[in-house]
Amino acid sequence: MSDTASRFQHPQTRAYWARLDCGFAQVADVFEECLYEALATLSRKGVEAYVDSARVLGKLGRGAEPILAFLEAWPSAAAAVGEDALPAVMEVVGVMQKSPNGMAIAPFMQTLAPVARRLHARDQFVRYLDIARELMVRTTGSIHGFHQTLPSPGLPDFFAQAPLLLAQIPIAGLGNWAEYGIRNYGRHPQRQQEYFSLKSADSRAVMQRERHGTLFADVERQLDLYLRALWRSHEHLVPYSSAFHEIRKPVPYYDKLGMRVPDVYDDVPGVPGLDRYRATLAHMVGHRRWSRPVIADNYSPLQRLAIECLEDCRIDTLLAREYPGLGRIFRGLHPAPREDACDPQTQSCLRHRLAMLSRALLDPNHGYSDPALLEFVARFHALLADGASSTREIADLALAYVARTRRQSDQYANVHFDDTVVDYRDDNRQMWAFIEEGDEEEAFDLERQLDLQEIDRLPPRHYPEWDYASQTWRPDWVSVYESLHPKGDAAAIDRLLARHDALAKHLKRLLELLKPQDKVRIRYQEEGSELDLDVALRSLIDFKSGATPDPRINMSHRTSGRDIAVLLLLDLSESLRQKVAGSEQTILELSQEAVSLLAWAIERLGDPFAIGGFHSNTRHDVRYYHLKGFSEGWSDDVKARLAAMQAGFSTRMGAAMRHAAHYLGARRADKKLMLILTDGQPSDVDAPDGRLLIEDARQAVKELGAEGIFTYCINLDPKADDYVADIFGRHYSVIDHIQRLPQKLPELFMALTK
Amino acid sequence: MIDHRQYLIRQEPFYQPQGREIALYEAAYAARLPVMVKGPTGCGKSRFVEYMAWKLGKPLITVACNEDMTASDLVGRYLLEAGSTRWLDGPLTTAARMGAICYLDEIVEARQDTTVVIHPLTDHRRVLPLDKKGELVEAHADFQLVISYNPGYQSLMKDLKQSTKQRFAAFDFDYPQAELETQIIVRETGLDADICARLVKVGAAARNLKGHGLDEGISTRLLIYAAALILRGVAPADACRMAAVRPITDDADIRVTLDHAIDAVFA
Repeated sequence: MSDTASRFQHPQTRAYWARLDCGFAQVADVFEECLYEALATLSRKGVEAYVDSARVLGKLGRGAEPILAFLEAWPSAAAAVGEDALPAVMEVVGVMQKSPNGMAIAPFMQTLAPVARRLHARDQFVRYLDIARELMVRTTGSIHGFHQTLPSPGLPDFFAQAPLLLAQIPIAGLGNWAEYGIRNYGRHPQRQQEYFSLKSADSRAVMQRERHGTLFADVERQLDLYLRALWRSHEHLVPYSSAFHEIRKPVPYYDKLGMRVPDVYDDVPGVPGLDRYRATLAHMVGHRRWSRPVIADNYSPLQRLAIECLEDCRIDTLLAREYPGLGRIFRGLHPAPREDACDPQTQSCLRHRLAMLSRALLDPNHGYSDPALLEFVARFHALLADGASSTREIADLALAYVARTRRQSDQYANVHFDDTVVDYRDDNRQMWAFIEEGDEEEAFDLERQLDLQEIDRLPPRHYPEWDYASQTWRPDWVSVYESLHPKGDAAAIDRLLARHDALAKHLKRLLELLKPQDKVRIRYQEEGSELDLDVALRSLIDFKSGATPDPRINMSHRTSGRDIAVLLLLDLSESLRQKVAGSEQTILELSQEAVSLLAWAIERLGDPFAIGGFHSNTRHDVRYYHLKGFSEGWSDDVKARLAAMQAGFSTRMGAAMRHAAHYLGARRADKKLMLILTDGQPSDVDAPDGRLLIEDARQAVKELGAEGIFTYCINLDPKADDYVADIFGRHYSVIDHIQRLPQKLPELFMALTK
Repeated sequence: MIDHRQYLIRQEPFYQPQGREIALYEAAYAARLPVMVKGPTGCGKSRFVEYMAWKLGKPLITVACNEDMTASDLVGRYLLEAGSTRWLDGPLTTAARMGAICYLDEIVEARQDTTVVIHPLTDHRRVLPLDKKGELVEAHADFQLVISYNPGYQSLMKDLKQSTKQRFAAFDFDYPQAELETQIIVRETGLDADICARLVKVGAAARNLKGHGLDEGISTRLLIYAAALILRGVAPADACRMAAVRPITDDADIRVTLDHAIDAVFA
């Protein structure tokens, strides 16, 4: 102890070192430096609290890692969020230490400084600490239910990703993102880790949803319209992710396959994100319109840099000539480097000079005084005075500029980068043609070998699912695979129908009453098939009393039919195999009979009618079977499929309804009716929260209602009253006496469509 | 007899030819061929017909067609009077009797059974049977039938029958070229040529969106409205929004895009 203390010359340092009371040699190595930083940023009391807190961290018994990370992080963190946030931090540390999550203290400390810098304000920082605590408490597992014994699997990853996340999403978004992970992967350590380390697809999708700025997905159509309207161009726009490259941000570019733009643009002062997209697209359109490739092999990299820069300026000038408003956007996005920002003695200033030249070319009020710069601005404008000039001429001008302003220091490795990046400009890969394939250039157009495997079934359709707890959609959550139902023996269905002969006769009588009364009167016709007495009398009275009579005293008739499209959706889940109480038949067999009778009845009415069946085995495998299509008649094929109906797996109702609505919605009919025949509440093996799928189905019913589809549920579950009204409102019937289903179902249908 | 002079065009309407259409129309009139004028809304179809009527010195009777129009609205009908009835000629009959140019504007708007009554007038017979009155009107030697229609928003329900189409010689109109359109706006309103050229540019941007959410681009007529507003002191961007963009679309994305185009042009 005393020999480490003697390393410090300054008595104040020595005093604080004594107060720290720490024996780790690594800590002694950095202590003095950290302390000086703390003394520079914190108050006296703050420094004392800093050292005291470090002392606590050193004595946790978790090695030197936590105290080292804290010593380095806190001074700059405190500068961002204020030193009075320290007690809150230490409280979190205390909670972690008392729970099995002590291992996460070091990761927490390591990213404390970048997180604090991102958040600026103290209340936001406190919110961050709350989110972390919440995550810890809710994901720390216990084996026997009493003591928490298993550390939170996702917590260290959460801390590691926090700075990256906060760069993309606001603090409220981080809360939503963490909440989503806790709720969906709270019980699944491996998935939880994947989620919180941003490795799983939905983790990224949820983050994408929470991002700030203008999302490409939100403005895609507007950008497409923009290209068409202003530039008469139609490009395929491909977004690339800008979220996961901290160091090297990808740059927009275009090639044969389309224009690549970032998936999100934040607003910058004076220029909203949408205008940044427009500027980027306009610049690429300009290149496509006016740039011709030049041979790159003859130029050095620095010369190429200059040619690209001036060519970009030519494009921007021509664009602004076409639409003067673009010039304002370009100037808003273009950096304005200070003339003396770069020191030519120690730094390579070429980028700086070019950025200034570029600024001066776009902005007449640039205020630079360098004579060479002014001369080349004049030469540039002279070149473009009449006409568009060309890439070739601009290349010559750029070479002259590089030659004129060349400095020894241009070759230095220490390049001045500040304020030299113009981020709406693309990477200019289309500007160059190469005679020899050099090793310094990437080959962009390499033919990629894709071995596509033959797919043996239709690709799935993805549907979102409603998460009632957070009132948000889970994007592309459910995969629905559709197929034709396998066939069985059609004669079986005929035998079933024969057995219900008496019932069929009864139904037939009802059907006669339902047959469309297809005459509709059209009144107030000047010429029509018969006289409309009411109106004729009125006209006569007018006439007798001297007023001008209405000549439209006839009426005619128009035929109109029932225009109802019906889709019957069958729940084919495992529970259908149960035998009905007091009967030898299973629910499945009774459903078969009922559906056959209904199909027969609807066929006689002539309404377009389809039957689909579904079951699910987790969200990754929802099966949707076509039993009868709208255009199929009541044929042997359909009967054969009905005869082969099988029960199995679970009931993910919402996804099946959305998929069925996809077909029903495409029908042209005045009324669209979806009948859902089910024997239990929506459930699935991967949804432990029973409420979730019920709420999702309810949401699906709402969506369908908005699309003009009327949903009606026929439920065979005696306990259905607990939930069915939540899903379908008042549009349901519970059939208690299941044996009577074959009679009830067609009757219900007729009552509904009368 | 109705005084035919009320249908004469007294002042020369301004019409800027886009091609040889004036000479072609004169030839068609000399042969008394029925003429069809096609083109998007607000591109100058009606103005052209008006101009030709003035140039030929013939009266012009214009009928704006709508879907409630019946054959008797064109041909004429009996009116009830106390104790008796009186026949009243419709505009088509009037034109046929006096030798006017009868212009049926937006003919597809009329019901198809209505359009059939013009058939006997548009072939070699040149007669109009008034079956209710029991009269066969022979068209005056100067009579000519002109119809206009806009193929742009034709739906399945609104198209001319082949039997109707094949009775007409046709002109295809479109929005004029940029310089010409600029001249037209300058001439119509007296606005500064530079601003007019910018207006035309906004119009061109909207016309590029036809079929991508817009049924019709911004018409020359709307651009002239915008110019008229600018002349009265409205800022150009506001005038464009009010007169040219807001009327043609309710689609938010298109509105935003066109607003941006206006800002980009009038920077």
